[in-house]
Amino acid sequence: MHNFQFLIIILFSPLVNGLIKKLKASMQGRVGPGVFQPYYDLLRLLKKDMVVSTVTSWIFKATPYIVFAATVVAALIVPVVSTLSSFSITGDVIALIYLFALARFFMALAGLDAGTGFGGEGSSREMTVAILVEPMMMLALFTAAISAGSTNLVRIATVQSVNFSPSHLLALSAFLVAIIAETGRVPVDNPDTHLELTMIHEGMILEYSGRYLALMEWGHFIKQMVLFTLAVDIFFPAGMVQASGGVTVAAAAGIYALKMLGMAVLMALVESTRAKVRFFQLPSILGSAFVLAFLSLVTHIMMEK
Amino acid sequence: METEQYLLSGIIFFVVSALSALVPAKKIRTTAYFLSLLGSLSFLFLGFNLITAAPASFPVLAVSSYFEFALRGDALSGFFVITISLITFAISIYSIGFTRDMARAGFLGFFYNILILSLYAVVLSENLFTFLIAWETMAIASYLLVTIERTEKASRAGLFYAVMTHIGTAFIIVLFFLLYRATGKMDFEGMKAGIAAMPADIKSVVFVFALIGFGTKAGLIPLHTWIPRAYPVAPPQVAALMSGLMVKMGIYGIIRICMDVMGQGPEWWGITVIAVGAVSALLGILYAIIENELKLFLAYSSVENIGIILLGVGASMMFKSSGLYALSSVALAAALFHVLNHALFKGALFLGSGSIIRGAGTGNMERMGGLLKRMPYTGLFFLAGALSICALPPFNGFVSEWLTYQSLLLGYQSPSITAKIVSPLGGAALALTGAIAAAGFVKAFGISFLGMPRTAEAKDAREGSPSMLIGMGLLAVPCLLFGLFPGLALSWLLPAVFALTGAFPALESHGVLVIGQTSAALSPAALLITMIFMAVAVLLAIRIMGGKRKTVYADSWDCGIRGLTPRMQYTATAFTKPLRIIYKRIYLPSRDLKVRYVLKPFFVKSIQYGGEITPFFERYLYEPVTGFINVVAGKVRLLQSGSLQLYLGYILITLIVLLIFGT
Repeated sequence: MHNFQFLIIILFSPLVNGLIKKLKASMQGRVGPGVFQPYYDLLRLLKKDMVVSTVTSWIFKATPYIVFAATVVAALIVPVVSTLSSFSITGDVIALIYLFALARFFMALAGLDAGTGFGGEGSSREMTVAILVEPMMMLALFTAAISAGSTNLVRIATVQSVNFSPSHLLALSAFLVAIIAETGRVPVDNPDTHLELTMIHEGMILEYSGRYLALMEWGHFIKQMVLFTLAVDIFFPAGMVQASGGVTVAAAAGIYALKMLGMAVLMALVESTRAKVRFFQLPSILGSAFVLAFLSLVTHIMMEK
Repeated sequence: METEQYLLSGIIFFVVSALSALVPAKKIRTTAYFLSLLGSLSFLFLGFNLITAAPASFPVLAVSSYFEFALRGDALSGFFVITISLITFAISIYSIGFTRDMARAGFLGFFYNILILSLYAVVLSENLFTFLIAWETMAIASYLLVTIERTEKASRAGLFYAVMTHIGTAFIIVLFFLLYRATGKMDFEGMKAGIAAMPADIKSVVFVFALIGFGTKAGLIPLHTWIPRAYPVAPPQVAALMSGLMVKMGIYGIIRICMDVMGQGPEWWGITVIAVGAVSALLGILYAIIENELKLFLAYSSVENIGIILLGVGASMMFKSSGLYALSSVALAAALFHVLNHALFKGALFLGSGSIIRGAGTGNMERMGGLLKRMPYTGLFFLAGALSICALPPFNGFVSEWLTYQSLLLGYQSPSITAKIVSPLGGAALALTGAIAAAGFVKAFGISFLGMPRTAEAKDAREGSPSMLIGMGLLAVPCLLFGLFPGLALSWLLPAVFALTGAFPALESHGVLVIGQTSAALSPAALLITMIFMAVAVLLAIRIMGGKRKTVYADSWDCGIRGLTPRMQYTATAFTKPLRIIYKRIYLPSRDLKVRYVLKPFFVKSIQYGGEITPFFERYLYEPVTGFINVVAGKVRLLQSGSLQLYLGYILITLIVLLIFGT
């Protein structure tokens, strides 16, 4: 049963996104769509015909499946409510990050495949943001991995129950910035706009429609929830089902739901209180997050002595 | 068959192939490559014998009592012999089709075989004499192959390469001399036995010279400047040979001298190698990504990958000096695995670039586009190479980089603070490198193969001949195979790792890579299987939930204007513009904008835009040095007046000086 915990992420990831939207709306004094709206959207897209550009090659058609499959496999690796999963031998946290990189690689190719300006612009910007985010995210994860003595996610989530050492707090703040950038949220990208000059992720997938678009969107929701789960696994893994006992499955599920609610509130808060910055101001934001990650590493090594 | 016979038959095949390439009949010239195939096969078996059996010495050809031509193979040589054999086998097949209509194909075929033989000779040398002869043969053969197209550009590139490689050789000769003086031996085994007599500071000098001398061949920054000159003018199969194998001889030299002959050194050796590797990886890929010339892009990306290999080598040296042999073995396994992997995927990519240049008539990405529909197999193999080099799962590059990450992360177990901080930073550098490489190859593949053809030539591009496709496939398919089943390739290099570090990394069990110290695990095969399972599952689920829907084919979204033209597509230059802005302190870009108006400032007649980046190392390192040498040479020229009396005077003065000081 523990091996099927990834289904939680697959099934509830649209809900988390709906929740963030709803929270954002209420913080901004709007009513907003219901929390189940993403499900209706996905279903509607699945039932639509598709329009595919004649310019595109097989890359365009394969990409939605590659993106979805890579993201789902990432969800397999990450422990959700229990650390008893046997998928930890499939890969570790590095494999997880590189599965996202695989998905991004194909998404960027698909952006170029239709031969439009928007697609190319989206691809170029997405890859640039990845260049700024990746080393910082890796360094933050390394600090966590070094303190747990492994990059194996189950091991990281088992070793300590709550990680609130100074170095972990620094790493967590860097990692949260990384999550915001990776999920395409304000201030890095605006998930709600189709305005040509500001979009990154939306530009890349502009040519997609129907079930392909549904897969891309769903994959994006899953990626977001995997990253949230990764954050809680590494930094406050307390309340998971462990080999040594821990809590019951029902309790673990409840605690996990609360954690996800917390992450959703945090994201909604950040998006409501920040404005999107200019693209070329991103290096300073993401660069300072890199400094945080580096400080967290140094702090860890200094304090360990 | 005996190991010796494999060696002999291999040499004979290559020599006969080289000679028959010189025969002017086209048919014989092409058939010669089949002999090269047999040569590669013989050496492949030789390599398998070397990694399983005890080190083997081969009969000696004595030139004098001091200098003898002697070959000897151990596990490290064996691994390199296997790598060379696999790659040259595929490149020879590619050459059959590619060289058919080439000018000077006989000359090319001759030196192609000589270059391959010299590669084998380098890794099988028993002593310094043999090594230097092999090393120089390699340099000369590759120089002649680089300059095979008799153009101004090629000969300048060749000259630059020849000078650079000889500067490297000079350092190697000096370090060999130092080793000989301390140990009194010319052969590597003898030097290894007598190395204890060598003072520690002389050892460090040897280390630095090895890093400079072999680093020049490997293309370490700032000694990389010959690479972006030589590769783009070389024929693609030669570029594949040089980038995939010849630069690895530099890595072989560093490992042979610093980890085998000298055993181990102080910790700063390893840290230096990590630092040099990180800088090469980062700057290499940063310079690569802004290039739009396909071969130039691949050339710079070689610099990056040498850097990644050195991250592993450096970590291994660092752990070895702290006595952490198990960790050292993981790091060295990562480095050697990446040596093999880079040879495979860079070989496939360079061969791919050759097919593209021939098929689409240009090497410039800005003039390509839509090639995937016209060259489907070349595109597929190029994509496999690109996915591998970007270290994306489940390809082989991912596995070797994963091992490199793991070994760098194990740095926290080292007792020294420096190692603890340097190694995760090396990991962050690797992450940054990987992200830039991904962007670079999205550009290279996306702009060349996807979208609409930008020129008429690209529109009429033709797929390469079957032998070219087979050659590329033989390099691209193993990229996936060694990713899914890394145990196979690891079994070739673990004997060498054991010989050099005294430990076996307990890496693979039942198809899963496990780092024993941390229980970090990876199974690329399981990743692929689950991915395929999920993709099929979702495909079925969609069919069931959404029913069958039709797909309408239409133009790309054009914002309401009628019809997009190929010129409206995103360009390669535009793709990397954000990076040129973000990393402007590294690129030091200059731009040149000429606008001509009909009526200023409203009606523009024409806009001319040129952009350039500063070649930092050329301007601030090479130009001052060459300038200084020119000035000194100018002063020295005063001695050369051409007057016979003056020269006789010099002789007289020398004689007097000798008479005074000689007594």
